[in-house]
Amino acid sequence: MRHFFAALCASILAAPAFAATPVDGALGFQPAATRIAERIHFFHDDYVMWIITAITIFVSLLLVWVMVRYNRKANPVSRKFSHNSLIEVIWTVVPALILVAIAGLSFPNLYYQDVVPNLEKIQTESAALLADGKSAEYERYTKNYFPDAAAKGFVNVKAQGNQWNWTYSYPDIVDADGFALEFVSNGIHKGTAADPADSDVRPRNLAVDYPMVIPAGRYVRYYTAAADVIHSWTVPAFGVKTDAVPGRLNEGWFLVDEPGVYYGQCSELCGVDHAYMPIEVRVVPQDQFDAWAQLMLAGDYDAAAASVRTMAALEPSTQLAANH
Amino acid sequence: MPMDEIALDHHDDAHDHKPGFFRRWFLSTNHKDIGTLYLIFSLCAGIVGYTLSGLIRWELAEPGIGPMLWIVEHFQGVQGDAAITHAKHFYNTVITYHGLIMIFFMVMPALIGGFGNWMVPLMIGAPDMAFPRMNNISFWLTVGGFVLACISMTVPGNSAGNGFGGGWVLYPPLSSTTGHPGPAMDLLILSLHTAGIASILGAINFIVTILNMRAPGMTMHKMPLFAWGVLVTAVLLLLALPVLAGALTMLLTDRNFGSQFFNPAGGGDPVMFQHLFWFFGHPEVYIMILPAFGIVSHIVSTFSKKPIFGYLGMAYAMVSIGVIGFVVWAHHMYTVGMNVDLKAYFIAATMVIAVPTGIKIFSWIATMWGGSIDFKVPMLWAIGFIFLFTVGGVTGVVLANAGIDHALHDTYYVVAHFHYVLSLGAVFGLFAGWYYWFEKMFGIKYNGMIGGLHFWLMFVGSNVLFFPQHFLGLQGMPRRYIDYADGFHTWHLVSSFGYVITLAATLVFFIGLAEAMIRRRKGVANPWGEGATTLEWTLPSPPPFHQYNELPHVTNKGGH
Repeated sequence: MRHFFAALCASILAAPAFAATPVDGALGFQPAATRIAERIHFFHDDYVMWIITAITIFVSLLLVWVMVRYNRKANPVSRKFSHNSLIEVIWTVVPALILVAIAGLSFPNLYYQDVVPNLEKIQTESAALLADGKSAEYERYTKNYFPDAAAKGFVNVKAQGNQWNWTYSYPDIVDADGFALEFVSNGIHKGTAADPADSDVRPRNLAVDYPMVIPAGRYVRYYTAAADVIHSWTVPAFGVKTDAVPGRLNEGWFLVDEPGVYYGQCSELCGVDHAYMPIEVRVVPQDQFDAWAQLMLAGDYDAAAASVRTMAALEPSTQLAANH
Repeated sequence: MPMDEIALDHHDDAHDHKPGFFRRWFLSTNHKDIGTLYLIFSLCAGIVGYTLSGLIRWELAEPGIGPMLWIVEHFQGVQGDAAITHAKHFYNTVITYHGLIMIFFMVMPALIGGFGNWMVPLMIGAPDMAFPRMNNISFWLTVGGFVLACISMTVPGNSAGNGFGGGWVLYPPLSSTTGHPGPAMDLLILSLHTAGIASILGAINFIVTILNMRAPGMTMHKMPLFAWGVLVTAVLLLLALPVLAGALTMLLTDRNFGSQFFNPAGGGDPVMFQHLFWFFGHPEVYIMILPAFGIVSHIVSTFSKKPIFGYLGMAYAMVSIGVIGFVVWAHHMYTVGMNVDLKAYFIAATMVIAVPTGIKIFSWIATMWGGSIDFKVPMLWAIGFIFLFTVGGVTGVVLANAGIDHALHDTYYVVAHFHYVLSLGAVFGLFAGWYYWFEKMFGIKYNGMIGGLHFWLMFVGSNVLFFPQHFLGLQGMPRRYIDYADGFHTWHLVSSFGYVITLAATLVFFIGLAEAMIRRRKGVANPWGEGATTLEWTLPSPPPFHQYNELPHVTNKGGH
């Protein structure tokens, strides 16, 4: 158990990693890359996990105690009581209080991650805090809300699920004719003999040909949609997961500070190649993002993909090995 | 039927006159025979469902596509890249039918049809179920549903092969003609309709029997907890299954008659199916666990030689679990794009269920407290149940929080959670009941050593199987994947190793069954002694073909 917690703690205390891939034998979450994920990890690892572990140990100890103390040899004659109002009230009220305590952290977390932030409000509120000289409050505020990024507005991306790949579109990145940047992202592994070999740069069942690219330190508002059946867009390191449902446009948000490569996998059964439509997100500095966008608009997808791969010299496995 | 005929019939059978083989087992109206049929049936369906789970663990032991490809190449004769596609689809059908068969044709028939039929009339002092012939229809419709499901596996689902591969939740558009144009899905709808009708008829039968046919003096508040569990279960079935039937019918007309209920292009909405499905699906999980709650209560009380602690609290905890179970369904759909306030409501409602569940856990322990516990085989399973259900319960509290569920939804964490409450909860309850009532039902004794070995292998095996899946889920391993990133390998391998241990446990189970049938050690009316106070232990083992020709009078403490 101690080992378990040590590993859990290591996975959250570790500095933000530059890549998020599943690690063999790991016990907890992938390292957090967004504030959303940090909050989820804190809520789970440092709060709910302790509560449920304590409850499980408590129940187990009670079970062991009755088995030792009240077995046939230790206690040949059973007692006959079957009521005790006080204890019954206690074991109704105490669990209820524990649940209230969990809910107390659960609701703020939910609203934080589920409601796409109002960027103007973030700017005015943070400016007001600074103007009032409330630096402690400002510190706390900027842990969850990012005025600098808010000033730059949203980066909008739409992820459309298809059988079996993702179509990404950037409605704000348009070419000379006014057409928005849109491209299809295919997994490079399909479970066939033609699959390329696994490597750090192209981990099996996670790597794609043309990744989704976003600038670091920017608010990203993403939308999900689907062309055929239901899919689900997720990146575990971001702590986000949103179903892509035909006929609906769902939305979510995240902000990643650390440039790097982050992987996810379709998370709603969508047919034959459900396991082979991975999600690869490359987070790059703004200038690199702009250069990538120009290459994409020019139609040079391979050069664009290569341009965002270069930064990944700081590759996944080494980083993660250091963290675990 | 005129009254004198009933009296005549009754007189005829009073001296344990049994009909011939065909009449007895194929036209049966006797609740004990139908119970036995249900048990045999769910044993067969369980073997099928368990074999399918073996295929899943075999495939997932190593990354890449292995055993599924081999099966497709050797048994379906497909080669090359087409074989890979077929193998992927085959895997999807395996997980789909594993879930459906285990739920609808193993756990439900065993706990409700099997033990419910066998024990509810005996425990409440009734000569039989209220509608014996309807009971027969219920059973054979269940068999029919299972046959249809099996046929559905062998007819075309879509271009990638036979069977429906869209998961047991049957979400459209994957289950509509978009994803599965072939007849497999239509047959599956028919199968679930049939099984659903069987369950609704059975539920009506149990409700009427329990409300009207309790022995004189047995008030509702003296009724054994297993009967309470089955009563609540039956009410849940009666209210939930028609909603599933409605959703399935809408799906059927979408597929075949041009309706657009779930087709956005025609103004429909796939998410509506999810709401309807989970309005049934969430009560369904309580349908599977409440009878097991009842069984565990009796066993804990019997082997502690103490009356159940907080009887009324236990009964009404089940009632409140049943009631709340109807207002929490959308916690299965947190990622579907729901309004955030709605999610907040479903978090709160879902966590409330932990309170009555906690009352049950603590009351079982309080029943043991001060007792004189005999660690006979049923008691091992019951204690195992309490521990494992606690583990499954607390991970349920974790998942109730939408904020965490956004990370864990559709990962192996969810798989681990519901297998802890079902595969380790309902199934441990099922085996507890099996060993508790085996001698009563069949009139022969099983070998306690073999039963104990079965328990320990199963306990260790299923924990090794399912506990590592929590780790996989936290790392982000998605559900329903034939192949996975290499970082998930170790825990998948451990999990598959756990399956091998449960396989050994299952072999021991059948050895124990065979040993008991060969040795035929004669059973006694009450092998458990003073702790076994419910009415079935006042009858010989096995009970006569027709019992309670004179209704028992329940005076003071009654069943519990």
